[in-house]
Amino acid sequence: MGDSACVPVSTSAVSSTTATARHSALVRITHWITTLCFFALLVSGAELVISHPRFYWGETGNDLTRPLFKIPIPASRKLVPTGYGYLLPDQNGWSRYLHFQAAWVVIFTGLLYLIAGLFTRHFRKNLLPREADLSWRGFSSAISKHLRFERPGEAEAWSYNLPQRITYLFVIFILFPFVIWTGLAMSPAFVSAFPATVNVLGGQQSARTLHFFVSLALLLFLLVHVVMVCFAGFKSRMRAMITGRAATPLERT
Amino acid sequence: MSEPSRVEPSSRKLSRRKLITSGFATVAGVSALGVAARIAQKYGLVPPDHGGIFGLGETLTYAAQRLITRHSLAREFSRSQISKPPFANEIELPTDEFKRLQAGGFADWRLSVNGMVARPASFSIDQLKSYPSRTQITMLQCEEGWSYIAEWNGVPLSHVLDVVGVLPQARYVVYFSIEPDTWESIDMADALHPQTFLTYGMNGDELPVGHGGPLRLRLPRQIGYKNVKFLTHLTVTDNLKGFGKGLGGASPEGGYAWYAGI
Repeated sequence: MGDSACVPVSTSAVSSTTATARHSALVRITHWITTLCFFALLVSGAELVISHPRFYWGETGNDLTRPLFKIPIPASRKLVPTGYGYLLPDQNGWSRYLHFQAAWVVIFTGLLYLIAGLFTRHFRKNLLPREADLSWRGFSSAISKHLRFERPGEAEAWSYNLPQRITYLFVIFILFPFVIWTGLAMSPAFVSAFPATVNVLGGQQSARTLHFFVSLALLLFLLVHVVMVCFAGFKSRMRAMITGRAATPLERT
Repeated sequence: MSEPSRVEPSSRKLSRRKLITSGFATVAGVSALGVAARIAQKYGLVPPDHGGIFGLGETLTYAAQRLITRHSLAREFSRSQISKPPFANEIELPTDEFKRLQAGGFADWRLSVNGMVARPASFSIDQLKSYPSRTQITMLQCEEGWSYIAEWNGVPLSHVLDVVGVLPQARYVVYFSIEPDTWESIDMADALHPQTFLTYGMNGDELPVGHGGPLRLRLPRQIGYKNVKFLTHLTVTDNLKGFGKGLGGASPEGGYAWYAGI
């Protein structure tokens, strides 16, 4: 930090107007709790899938019925016809406990984020596409920048660009609700009170298959998200999400 | 580095105020949790496997299910949706006692009921069949992920509990299989639920041995492992501590959730 004297005036102006926080404390805390829960859900979900790596469409499905598709891996249970002569470790007990525990934590975290986001106008300020960006030119230039792997400019260290905003809104308001819905639709007790939650999906096995695909979509988001963070500057973006401080131009170099 | 000293006094004042408010919030939060735990315990919203690192999630799941789904009915299906043939999971090799009873056509099979009941009793399959018979076409879901739909025929458990006269302080029904170390338990909401059957028939026939015949507890709102096969004994109780490790079943002792309505 020996060159702190060289920080241009404009930077301090920017930081003082935004109270020096790129991300609010609430966004940062909920972000990392969600990250932790997502990993727990992913690991335990994968462990649960390997006890029956076959997927069906409709109400029912088992070893005697034709699957929609199979994952070509060995299973952790004996009766599944996988074509492999060995079994994977069976850890369904703690996996399901962990899956539900993480689901509860992420639901409360998500609710906190949603309510606080509405009160602090976080969604409107930071995630709803800006009117200026919504023109066809704004959209196509943002996309072409991404396709040409152009590194983001300084302004983007302080604000999300259009594809980011659309992606985050899609993850928060489409994928997360859908993964919760398809998860609940697999519960025989829950659907006894709300049968429509599973009926409109086409059946309990359809719900399981959809739950799997939404999880894959969330995993894909995570991978692209991490790649983009590395691309935009891993250290500066991580610091912004941990401490709230955004990178100044000199620190970036 | 001169800027921070300029803002220090105000920020220190702010942090003192913050400290006091957050202190109050913590005290309020902790006491609210304590009160919530009391209420949850009183209304039977705490599962026997509420301890340990997954206790929080398990308690939230069970409490939420009890608040939402106490009386709701499991989905029933049309006859055309019955899975043919139904998939039977692996069963343990039957014991010698089972083979002896099977050789006699299960005429000597008994279901004994004791514990917090006015009239402990023991029932043969024929006696159970003489009670009003009910049918349900429901789905059986295995915790592994597969499922099938079948027509189940039996007597509601609530009817048998009426016959033996369950005492008002009863809170759980513990049920045992002829297979060693195979036992589970359910709360009274599930035990008295109209779709909880002592099942002796399946798809218009006797309940096959592969599916738990001659007698299986059918509990369509919970997944497979709570639907214990080869049922021989029921105990009504107000406390699960006296059974095994006190977790309410072989499944929670093996690391699986006690409440499996999921």
